[in-house]
Amino acid sequence: MRYLPLTNDDRAAMLAAVGAASIDDLFIDVPTAARLDGPVAGLPSHVSELAVERHMGALARRSRAAGEGPFFLGAGAYRHHVPASVDHLIQRGEFLTAYTPYQPEIAQGTLQMLFEFQSQVARLLGTDVANASMYDGSTACWEAIVMARRITKRSKALLSTGLHPHYRSVARTMAKYTGDLLIDGDPSLDAATDWAALTASIDKDISCVVVQYPDILGRIDDMTALAAACQAAGALLIAVVTEPVALGLIKSPGEMGADIVVGEGQSLGVGLQFGGPYVGLFACKAKYVRQMPGRLCGETVDANGKRGFVLTLSTREQHIRREKATSNICTNSGLCALAFSIHMTLLGEAGLRQLAAINHARAKDAAARLAEVPGVSLLNNSFFNEFTLLLPTAARPVVHKLAERDILGGVSLGRLYPDNGGLENGLVVAVTETVTEADIAAFAAALKEVLA
Amino acid sequence: MTALNRAGWRPEMQVAGSSADDATFTGNRALMLEEPLIFEIGGSETTGVDFDDDAPTADFGVLTRTAPIGLPGLSEAETVRHYTRLSRQNYAIDLGLFPLGSCTMKHNPRLNEKVARMPGFADVHPLQPQETVQGAYAVIHELAEWLIALTGMNSVAMSPKAGAHGELCGILCIKAALEARGEDRRVILVPESAHGTNPATAAFAGFTVEDIPATDEGRVDLIALKARLGPDVAGVMITNPNTCGLFERDMKAISDAVHAAGGYVYCDGANFNAIVGRVRPGDLGVDAMHINLHKTFSTPHGGGGPGSGPVVLSAALAPFAPLPFVTKQGDGGYRLIEEESAGADHPQTFGRMTAFHGQMGMFTRALTYILSHGADGLKQVAEDAVLNANYILRSLSDVLDAPFAASGPCMHEALFSDKGLAEGFSTLDVAKGLIDEGYHPMTVYFPLVVHGAMLVEPTETESKAALDQFIGALRSVALRAKNGDPALKSAPHYAPRARLDETLAARKPVLAWQG
Repeated sequence: MRYLPLTNDDRAAMLAAVGAASIDDLFIDVPTAARLDGPVAGLPSHVSELAVERHMGALARRSRAAGEGPFFLGAGAYRHHVPASVDHLIQRGEFLTAYTPYQPEIAQGTLQMLFEFQSQVARLLGTDVANASMYDGSTACWEAIVMARRITKRSKALLSTGLHPHYRSVARTMAKYTGDLLIDGDPSLDAATDWAALTASIDKDISCVVVQYPDILGRIDDMTALAAACQAAGALLIAVVTEPVALGLIKSPGEMGADIVVGEGQSLGVGLQFGGPYVGLFACKAKYVRQMPGRLCGETVDANGKRGFVLTLSTREQHIRREKATSNICTNSGLCALAFSIHMTLLGEAGLRQLAAINHARAKDAAARLAEVPGVSLLNNSFFNEFTLLLPTAARPVVHKLAERDILGGVSLGRLYPDNGGLENGLVVAVTETVTEADIAAFAAALKEVLA
Repeated sequence: MTALNRAGWRPEMQVAGSSADDATFTGNRALMLEEPLIFEIGGSETTGVDFDDDAPTADFGVLTRTAPIGLPGLSEAETVRHYTRLSRQNYAIDLGLFPLGSCTMKHNPRLNEKVARMPGFADVHPLQPQETVQGAYAVIHELAEWLIALTGMNSVAMSPKAGAHGELCGILCIKAALEARGEDRRVILVPESAHGTNPATAAFAGFTVEDIPATDEGRVDLIALKARLGPDVAGVMITNPNTCGLFERDMKAISDAVHAAGGYVYCDGANFNAIVGRVRPGDLGVDAMHINLHKTFSTPHGGGGPGSGPVVLSAALAPFAPLPFVTKQGDGGYRLIEEESAGADHPQTFGRMTAFHGQMGMFTRALTYILSHGADGLKQVAEDAVLNANYILRSLSDVLDAPFAASGPCMHEALFSDKGLAEGFSTLDVAKGLIDEGYHPMTVYFPLVVHGAMLVEPTETESKAALDQFIGALRSVALRAKNGDPALKSAPHYAPRARLDETLAARKPVLAWQG
């Protein structure tokens, strides 16, 4: 077996050295009834690299990759071009095959990268501090709600109807078992967000208000008034960003007063990957740092006075505090954070702003073209690179008919809200820099044909 | 103070070597290269990405981001150099033996990386129409079938994002099952030797955590456990093999007792590597167990993730498994069960615990690893991992105290304590001494049940020669600690950094660049 270096001679010599007659002697503590005599029955034996590659390649070809044709899906996962150097660098064995940096003297590469990542994320989201990553945006969102409960000692959270329905589902799942109360609902097909209504319903029992920016329908709104209302009521404003590229053009939630900003960082460096692994962003005001979940990297000096970095404030964490920890999270998304950070470094501020501008311009163009299709209208007054179309019929079958024409034409609200017939004509369309003018033309033509 | 002189020559500077601290002008030492932060070398106008379009600046009114963001950019050339230089300050399994107990740092095959990057896996969207992602569903389903067969369990929840998330999945299944029975049991029992994630998870899900005592042999005290069981106990969380590197001989009896008292058995599968292909947890009465794909099935740790933590479930807990999941249909096609179809097919689910399908990029790697090994190779994995650990245990127990060695063989990891080190010398000194020898240290100060614990897990991907060299190095460092070699107190001497001031970092947290 190509991955196992021991020879049979080695094994014999080592068994002799440990005083065991056979390998079975080393499994003596396993009850006989639970010890298998041979390999697990009914499973194949080892095969060559060539055979595995052939098998996996055949499976890979059974899916339609996004890059094979026109592609307009978003709704929490966005297809952006990732520079070749990103993937090369994250495959450096010293990054790829390192562990969590618990021995800082020989993990400065990972630690400095995390410090840079935290700094980039904090600046992008407009907050003081960010952690070293969470699993993804949806789990970061729930952790933020829990953190708000810890800070405010209240357990009633107000969720905007514009929050990604999967994020809402994750929060609902957890709240069911923790006793938290969530006030939530489906969005309405309105050009305006529900933030004014949210502002009006804040009271002294609310731990936090959770809004998504841009929201699930692509809408953008000013959260300044909401932040002020939260502050007045002693509640926290949590902003969720699922498309961080947007923040190259629009104000950050932190600038508008959000207390905790969480997000999905997948857009930068990570790729679609069928939903994971992704990278959860988690940032907040400095005064709340000791209530944060997850790892934090901080600057310090070594015994010779040289600058260095370490994991810090770990008395919040499970390996120290056990059942009193702020979260149970241990392994996070280190390598995806690295990919995010490298992509962000390659872009820089100028590049990010330009990338965002291109996304927006391309989306505006697509929205205008698609809204010209007979029977189709555009819901949004404002959007970044994603918007909602209202079709004259249920969008879900339309998506399948478009797929038959090799166009992946967005995410239907019927898929996201299967129980809400009132939303079934909505189609959420994302347009990034990877979309060409020809793709938009093909989409518009196919949509016209399908709706005819 | 940075160690680096980036400023170039200035007239007031002295030539290199005029003091002990500046043996070179740059602060570098040949291949040991210092690297500044991107914030110190990047610029707001510099970019490493070219675009074909020159889009107009958009106006979002009051929402327009006008103020500078403060994000530095580098050209591609500088970017590649920056991260390459940083990478060289890391230890990694690619560089040598990485004996972190319970973390299972084994070789990461590169075929797995190649496969994960196939466009049909890497470039597909989680919400694509189901007919366009059949290959992705096939991978999830095929891996699921392997995990079920290898563990002898009823089903598997694939979506948990890492081990601790898997623990949460298992614990929520238990909560949902109790709810379905109409019982309000509040207590989860956890051994003191457990990973910190176990009590943290139980508490996160709203349970009260109580300790289970251990025997002098480092195993769960069955009698004490039985005495504590009762109508308030929801279940136990037991790591097997446990964090002392020992198989819980009484696992089946523990399971039977817990079941008889109406509770459920959660097994922390972090150490599944020791028994994969040789023992099936389903035969031991386990109700739920997460499998760290990044441990047993060698998906790379990546400096702290991503992980992946599928949870295998017994028939009793399977009905409560989270959404979404993949099923195979009669025609050979695959279908996703999510909220809308759950009502008919999976009505008792506890819900969704992450946005999409779990860690697809880890599934492809783990399945590639499993197919490469086959059932016979996986059995060999467990056997070699256990043999290597016992070889280390027996080769060092004359110089290091091995508290449980007398009770028999260990599984995949060898546990030592700090007993016998010279006055003033600690496990930490041994660890830092190993760094100078070119090794990442073992897990230290865990499990908590052993004083100054040193937990060594060599894994199966080390040759005998590599083990012999490591044993020699650890023996040498241990003897220095026993003899009180003062140089060990300031080790490491040859690493990119000397010991770092962690107290300062926590007292005055600097968590982001302030420039």
